[in-house]
Formats: sequence, C-alpha cells, structure tokens
Amino acid sequence: MLRRKQLIALGVMILVTVILLKLPTRTRTNLKLAIGGFFIPLYGAAGSTEQLLNSASYATLPRAELVRQIDELLQTNQVLQMRFMLAEEWRKENERLRQQLGLPRQYQRPMKIARVVARDPANWWRSLKIDRGSRDGITNNAPVLAVHGLVGRVSEVGYAESQVVLLGDPDCRVSVLIADEHNREQGIIAPSSSSPSDDALVDLGFISRNSKLTAGQTVVTSGQGGIFPPGIVVGQIADFRTVGFGLYKEARVSLAVKMNTLEEVWVMMP
Amino acid sequence: MGRRVCPSKRGTRNAKLFQRMTWFNTFAVLLVTYLVVFFQATFNELRHFAGVQVDLLPSLVVYTALNGSLLALCLVAGLGGLWIDALSANPLGVTLLPLFVAGLLIHRSREFILRDQPYAQMMLGLSASAAVPVITLIILLNLDAHPLVGWFSLWQWIVVSAVGACATPAWFAFFDWIERVLNYRPVPEGGYRPDREVKRGRT
Repeated sequence: MLRRKQLIALGVMILVTVILLKLPTRTRTNLKLAIGGFFIPLYGAAGSTEQLLNSASYATLPRAELVRQIDELLQTNQVLQMRFMLAEEWRKENERLRQQLGLPRQYQRPMKIARVVARDPANWWRSLKIDRGSRDGITNNAPVLAVHGLVGRVSEVGYAESQVVLLGDPDCRVSVLIADEHNREQGIIAPSSSSPSDDALVDLGFISRNSKLTAGQTVVTSGQGGIFPPGIVVGQIADFRTVGFGLYKEARVSLAVKMNTLEEVWVMMP
Repeated sequence: MGRRVCPSKRGTRNAKLFQRMTWFNTFAVLLVTYLVVFFQATFNELRHFAGVQVDLLPSLVVYTALNGSLLALCLVAGLGGLWIDALSANPLGVTLLPLFVAGLLIHRSREFILRDQPYAQMMLGLSASAAVPVITLIILLNLDAHPLVGWFSLWQWIVVSAVGACATPAWFAFFDWIERVLNYRPVPEGGYRPDREVKRGRT
C-alpha cells in the first residue's frame, strides 16, 4: 500500500501530466521550446569545444597537406565556376522562354545555414535540433536541405533553435515523383515498413501497378502539398514490389542524404 | 504495556532512516540528470553502431528512489522527463509519469531491498529501464501518436534495458565517490574527553 505522501505525489504527477498533455498545441510547443532553452548554454559550450579541437588539429596539420588541400580546392572552385556560368546561362534562357510562353516567373528562395546541435533522444522519432530560430527568420514547415538533397522540414520554431523532422519520421510525408523521361509517376514518401531502424531507407508508396520502375531511378519532390518546392532530390529507388494483391507498387528509396552524419543543414526561407 | 508509537511518526522515522541523500546529493543527481539528457541528445555513436539510443534516466531514478526523499524522486523524474521530452519529438510530459511510477514502486518498498548489493541494483535498473519505455509507448499510442515501432523495437528495448541494468550500480559507485570527495563529512568523535583526563604526577 502506498503511504499518504506517496499517494499525494502520485496524484500531483498524474495531474501535471494530464495538464501538459491537454494544453493547446501552441502553448505546449512554446513551453517545450522554453524548457529546451535550458540546454542552449551546453550547445554553445559543445560548439566552442568542437571549434577549439578543430583549431588545435589545424595547428598540427603539416604544411604540405595544407598546400595539397588548397590546390584541390582551387581546382574544385574552377570547375564550380564553370558550372555556375553554364547554369546562369540556362537560368536566363529558362526565364526568357517562360516569359515568351507566359508562365509565371520562378523565384529562388533564399537559404540559411544551420548547425545540427542535437538529435532526438527517443528511439521512436527521427528529428534533430538546429541552432536557428525565429530570430533568424525561420518559419514552421520550412524545407530543410543538405548538399545532396532533402533532409526534412521544420516542425517547431523557437527563438534561437528549431526542431526538424527528418524524412522517414511518421510526421514527415512528402509528395514525390520519379525523375525519369519515360516515367513521371507520383507517390508518397513514408517511413520504411520493412526496416524502420535503417535511417537511410524510406518507402515510396501509392505507385500505380503499371508504372515502370527500375532500381537507380532518381526520386525528387513533386511540389504538391505546398511545403516542399519541386525538383529537390530525395534519393534513388533501391528495390520495389507489388503490394495490395497486385493493385499497386511500393518501392524502397535509398535517401540521398546520410541523416546520421549530418552536421550542417540549409533551411529554405519563405 | 509498552509505549505505543503513532504509525505516521513511525513512517517518518523509517523514511528518514532509509534516506541517505542530503541536499548536496539531490543537487548532484539533478545536475547529472541534466547532463545525461544532453548527452543522450548529442552522443550518437551507439545509435550509429547499433541503431539504439540508450536511456540512462531510469537508472538515475532507481538510484534516487533507493537513497533519496520523495521530493528528490519527484524532482529527478519530473525534470528529467520534461527535459527529455523538450529535446525529443515526444509530446511534452509523456515521459514524466513512467519515470515517476517506476521510481515510486521502488521507493515504497525500499525497506525490503538489499540496496547495497550490486546484483539488486542491477535487477532494479533492468526492471525500471524495461518498464519506462513500455509505459511511455502505451501513453503515446493512447495519445494517437504514431511512433516508429516494429520488430526492431524489441532489439532497442533489450539494449536499453541491458544498458540501464549496467548503469545503475555505476551510478551508486559514482555518487558515493562524489559524496566522499566533495561533501562535508563530520569527523567522528573520539573516545577522548578532557573532563575525564587522568592527571598524573604531583599537583
């Protein structure tokens, strides 16, 4: 039997839990972000320590290695400048053709870089925290990208930090299409049902049974749903199968971004 | 006829007898809880290697339940739960109750537990680390959330429980050491009493 004090404590805890769970979503999110703010000093300390370690490792790097790296970067820079010039030409041409056809102009949304400061400590969600918030102009549902493709979307925005739900989380479903000349089939990206622990794989569902799928086809965002702009690379088809008694197909998509090695991400601004 | 002791007073006396934690220890446990939550959110090596993130809070709750007051248990379970939910995609408050219930069940029967034995500590750590995720999951499913759960969750559950079992005796050793090193310990009184000193020689 529980003693009186223990019963009172249990009652108080149950009450607090019920109140917290029944709070309006906005209040709950704000409270959550405020409590999460307790950890901002530790994020700062961890970031500074990392920088200190990095600068220490740079100090011990041999000069020959540095010169080799600079040479490599100069070469890469030249290649990228060439590609940028070509892309600029194509952009202008694209704009001109759009104007002639009377299509609306496409705007490039600005991007902001953010550092990944924490990952979800629970085993049943896929999310991470970044060090950018409303003070940096981040808004809810902003798409989050890495160099190789889509990462997820912002789910909660605090003043100095935000939470990002990753592709493969039950709360991050994306409308995509297969970027193939002969197959522009659309589908929905959802958590992998066969290997949910593997954060490199997701499921691509709701593809018609007549769709011609092959392994290696690139999957990009379709732009439907209004959150993600079209054309962002999501991944490549790893394999596929027929489900629902042959009514439709389902594919496994290998994500373009390695979620477990992410250190920096780009947030698309509104 | 022997003198009868009021049951409530007897309970208080028993509680104080089994309570080893001072305010210093409570503060130390809270600080460690804070650091552990941060560690769980930033240390990802085991997650990359085994696909599991460990949860050390249940083992801390076991330590507090066995050595601390009810208030200390409330603080560790409450703040630990809130902190972990704040860094996670969990709805706020969902981990608070499972941690407290696990701690309370141990706290209420700690008078019958050989809490200095590492084996008992391990078993309690194992039970708490196994129970907390299950209760949390039940609450989550009742909230109409859709956590990533499947057969692989069994593997995660086994690893989390095993790590919790190993961590519990380690917390006992760690906090004992912290107390030995940092806390004030009164010097035990010796047998010497100046008023009983035998004066020898001529006066």
